Amino acid sequence: MDKLVNRFSKVSSSSSATANAFEAEEYGYALPLGRGIEKMPMPEFSMPSLLDPTSFLQLHTDDASDPSCRIKINHGTTTLAFRFKGGIIVAVDSRATAGSYIASGTVKKVIEINPYLLGTMAGGAADCQYWETYLGIQCRLHELRNRERISVAAASKYLSNLVYSYKGMGLSMGTMICGWDKTGPALFYVDSDGTRLKGDLFSVGSGSTFAYGVLDQGYHYDLEDEEARELGRRSIYAAGHRDAFSGNTVNLYHVKEDGWEFIENVDINELHYDRKYGYGPRIEQEAADKAAAEAAAPGQPIAA
Amino acid sequence: MEVSFGITGKDFVLFASDTSAARSIVRMKSNEDKQKVIGKHLVMAYSGEPGDTVQFAEYVERNLRLYQIRNHLPLRPSSAASWTRNQLATSLRSRKPYSVNLLLGGFDPTNTTPELYWIDYLGTLGVVPYAAHGYGAYFALSTMDRWHKPDMNLEEGLDLLRKCVDELEKRFIVNLGEFTVRVADKDGVRQVNLKSGEAVVPV
Repeated sequence: MDKLVNRFSKVSSSSSATANAFEAEEYGYALPLGRGIEKMPMPEFSMPSLLDPTSFLQLHTDDASDPSCRIKINHGTTTLAFRFKGGIIVAVDSRATAGSYIASGTVKKVIEINPYLLGTMAGGAADCQYWETYLGIQCRLHELRNRERISVAAASKYLSNLVYSYKGMGLSMGTMICGWDKTGPALFYVDSDGTRLKGDLFSVGSGSTFAYGVLDQGYHYDLEDEEARELGRRSIYAAGHRDAFSGNTVNLYHVKEDGWEFIENVDINELHYDRKYGYGPRIEQEAADKAAAEAAAPGQPIAA
Repeated sequence: MEVSFGITGKDFVLFASDTSAARSIVRMKSNEDKQKVIGKHLVMAYSGEPGDTVQFAEYVERNLRLYQIRNHLPLRPSSAASWTRNQLATSLRSRKPYSVNLLLGGFDPTNTTPELYWIDYLGTLGVVPYAAHGYGAYFALSTMDRWHKPDMNLEEGLDLLRKCVDELEKRFIVNLGEFTVRVADKDGVRQVNLKSGEAVVPV
């Protein structure tokens, strides 16, 4: 640990600090340009020493063909994002499962790439986390090199080209890249097949069909901010309720012109029981409201 | 579940592609354009393995553009089709072949003929008056056999295309949604609305 601290504390010696201050004044950036930082190489991985590492990985990780496989990759998710007049709403659940085991209920499935870009996580948790963090590094380098923020289209294409180069090697990601750039709010779906789609509304993961069921029926572009957040929350709730591999809590983000904002983290049980999202609690509440109205004004027709 | 059609007429080629982007049982997008304009009079409709399709289509697009920049002349449709077929045939024997099926064609201004090429991922190339890829072939090839005429005008060509799409809507269990339709003729390439036959103004 001391070795690490020494290595990194040496960098901020007095001479380089003044040089950095000079460049910050001249370019408006604190990091030195053209000093090798952009020469960062593609990361290298150690591979199993076999003829075909891909089939080796599949043999030990493919739960569908062999339920007794030794490595169970975290899977199962519901994520959604949609564009509307107030920007983009991003909502995700927080459950990670490995086979039939709930590995965690507090996963951050929204990856904050930078203050203007969000990525969502579905499929392999490690794959998404690693490559979207890597994308964040590349986006920052783009910013330093070009003195301009990367567009959402370019960032998503960078990721899609990257995962395409690993096609067939076992990557598993289904992600949405959301952000605000010169063109306004933009949303792209990128997955590990190499598919990249621009769109207004996407949902990804095992619970996506349940989320779509609520989202599609409640969606239109001219939603107000609060309506849009409610729609995102309700859609993830619906998936968390019906899909065994999704649940625990909802994480909600709102992307606006000046960057993204974290709205809330709310427990799905709380939504179900206390906030009456659940079918049972909702019907009970409605019956109770009706009875209360009846008691307040007996014999009066109740306004709808 | 992807479908694409190509029909030649007297002095034009028609292309139609469905607009669905599906992942397992879910339609992720219903307005995806699966065609590329790869020359002034050249169009390519692509379908196949997700990821491969767009990567290969962009590869073809950029190489044809590079040829034009280097030689100050675009490749004629037959040469473009041969080059593309060759790329697929080379790819087939590589570690990771492109799984892409194509309909490539256009109007050749040098001899004023419409040309259509049917190309599959194995590197098969066929010169054809009309063609289909995907499940559409099972339904619409007989329709095209029955009603196609080599000297059709554009309105007759669109009528035949409507017959094919109607047949799909009637007998194919999957609803593919709208179709993108493009015409390549002496004036270049334009997108048209299948129902009205009118040109679609690009956004």
